[in-house]
Amino acid sequence: MNKILIIAEHHAGQLNPATARCVTCAQAIGGSVDVLVLAATPEPVVRAAAALQGVNRVLSATHEANLHALAATFAPQIAALAPGYTHLLAPSTTFGKDLMPRVAALLGVAQVSDLMQVDGPRTFVRPIYAGNVLVTVKVPEGHVVAATVRPASWPEAAASSTLAPIEAIESHVALPTHTRFVALEGASSERPDLQSAQRVVSGGRALGSGENFKLIYDLADRLGAAVGASRAAVDAGYVPSDMQVGQTGKIIAPQLYIAVGISGAIQHLTGIKDAGTIVAINKDAEAPIFDVADYGLVGDLFKLVPEFIQAMN
Amino acid sequence: MKILVGYKRVIDYNVRVQVKPDGSGVVTDGVKLSPNPFDEIALEEALRLREKGVASEVVVIGIGPADLQPHLRNGLAMGANRAIHVSTGDAVQPLTVARVLLKIVEREQPGLVMLGKQAIDDDSNQTGQMLAALWDRPQATFASKLDVIGTTAQVVREIDAGLETLEIDLPAVVTVDLRLNEPRFIKLPDIMKAKSKPIETIELASLGVESGDHLTASHFAPPLKRSKGVMVKDVAELVEALRTKGLV
Ligand SMILES: Cc1cc2nc3c(=O)[nH]c(=O)nc-3n(C[C@H](O)[C@H](O)[C@H](O)COP(=O)(O)OP(=O)(O)OC[C@H]3O[C@@H](n4cnc5c(N)ncnc54)[C@H](O)[C@@H]3O)c2cc1C
Repeated sequence: MNKILIIAEHHAGQLNPATARCVTCAQAIGGSVDVLVLAATPEPVVRAAAALQGVNRVLSATHEANLHALAATFAPQIAALAPGYTHLLAPSTTFGKDLMPRVAALLGVAQVSDLMQVDGPRTFVRPIYAGNVLVTVKVPEGHVVAATVRPASWPEAAASSTLAPIEAIESHVALPTHTRFVALEGASSERPDLQSAQRVVSGGRALGSGENFKLIYDLADRLGAAVGASRAAVDAGYVPSDMQVGQTGKIIAPQLYIAVGISGAIQHLTGIKDAGTIVAINKDAEAPIFDVADYGLVGDLFKLVPEFIQAMN
Repeated sequence: MKILVGYKRVIDYNVRVQVKPDGSGVVTDGVKLSPNPFDEIALEEALRLREKGVASEVVVIGIGPADLQPHLRNGLAMGANRAIHVSTGDAVQPLTVARVLLKIVEREQPGLVMLGKQAIDDDSNQTGQMLAALWDRPQATFASKLDVIGTTAQVVREIDAGLETLEIDLPAVVTVDLRLNEPRFIKLPDIMKAKSKPIETIELASLGVESGDHLTASHFAPPLKRSKGVMVKDVAELVEALRTKGLV
């Protein structure tokens, strides 16, 4: 039987919803599902993990060195647990992408990135070429499967009314001191989180300035939506980098995605192809974004977005 | 300090990649190849560190068949001092690349290894992390700012939660993100100069790198296409449609 270990992602006492998406993926693989929480202070994250439907057990590894999610610190602790498992999963967020290859290399095994479909316990589908191609890959027999899970491909596991057992574990591996956390400059926002929001409004280069982006924020606030951006808008300094959507930014799957003044380059579309409904507002009727939009509206955003905001009042 | 830069050749990012009709791979015949954009950024940063006097030598390394040489000349024209060509006819996966890089690292003793955070062909985003693990050294992935301060480096990383700063002891592996810098354009005199720069060729088979833990790719397919929707004439019609679907 498969024994699956999911590495929980958490920050500031909150379990990242991508962890619950990994649980759904683990259930598609089949087998027992443990979640590992590496933390300096495990509460309330361990409880949140134990409350996910489909989780059999939560392992809580408490250590002061686990205060920040440093791959160099986490990886040897995970590698030490690996012999008890057939599969190691983490979300393919920047957390998991940083961590899982380091774990895999310590174990001397290949890693599968961005697992989006399970075709068998060791056979998976993943995107390559910015999502232009899907490849089916197989992990060799006898090797632990180390994979990152593409969150947008998997719904979150629901909360359960009963808690899975929580076990404290102690790790005796030597932890390195060569990598030190200095600071995190977070975009602390009152708005919904871009990666888990059900509605997202994104702005592109066409906004022209950081001030003009206010239009996007205003529309988003009317809709209770998170705010995203194209790479061009981030590069131009209109918004911070953590708002970038696409191949090299965030891959998201909201119910509603509204792209304003975004042309629809392939690298941007990669980030939104699992969105439920895509709306595009662009003055160029030929813009490629209209090829994927469920609803397209041609016109000047500086006229249309205020009208949209008005209509939502 | 010496900086080793991974310099991969990939299908150009403007090419619409096509799957072969039998699903055995992607069409590469006659397709434009270019340096991986992230690797160009890594190389640019290494060159800037050399220009600032932080680094003394920049070495680019490529793994691939004999026709990789013109690609490595590109890296030399951008400004690398020399190139190492690890020659193989086989496609290599990240773990193998990391093992090859480790062999070169052991020989060259660089203070920094700089790689792109991912290559835009397989989008794996693994090699730098794997090398750091095998080498037992720090990694700083997704770098958007890099300062070398004596025997340490401060790296700003673009992560989902914002901008994280790490301090790492050197030697270390840094993988770069798009906003670290804008790579320079290669000028004609640089291309001439690059002709006389050395490219050393090493057979991959001679490095004694373990193999046999590859993923096997059995099938390639295009993704399901989203179908084109409808055009609405004004905001009122749009809002009406979204309301009907319960989306706003
Ligand atoms: C390796 C690599 C990785 C990349 N990763 C990403 C990524 O993760 N995410 C990403 O987004 N991009 C990424 N890109 C960049 C991508 O190729 C495009 O350059 C980028 O998405 C363009 O952003 P944009 O649509 O805002 O700008 P543009 O392409 O310039 O489009 C602006 C659009 O606004 C419209 N417009 C202008 N004025 C108005 C107006 N007044 N009203 C309405 N519409 C107007 C125009 O018609 C145009 O369609 C990547 C590129 C590379 C090479």
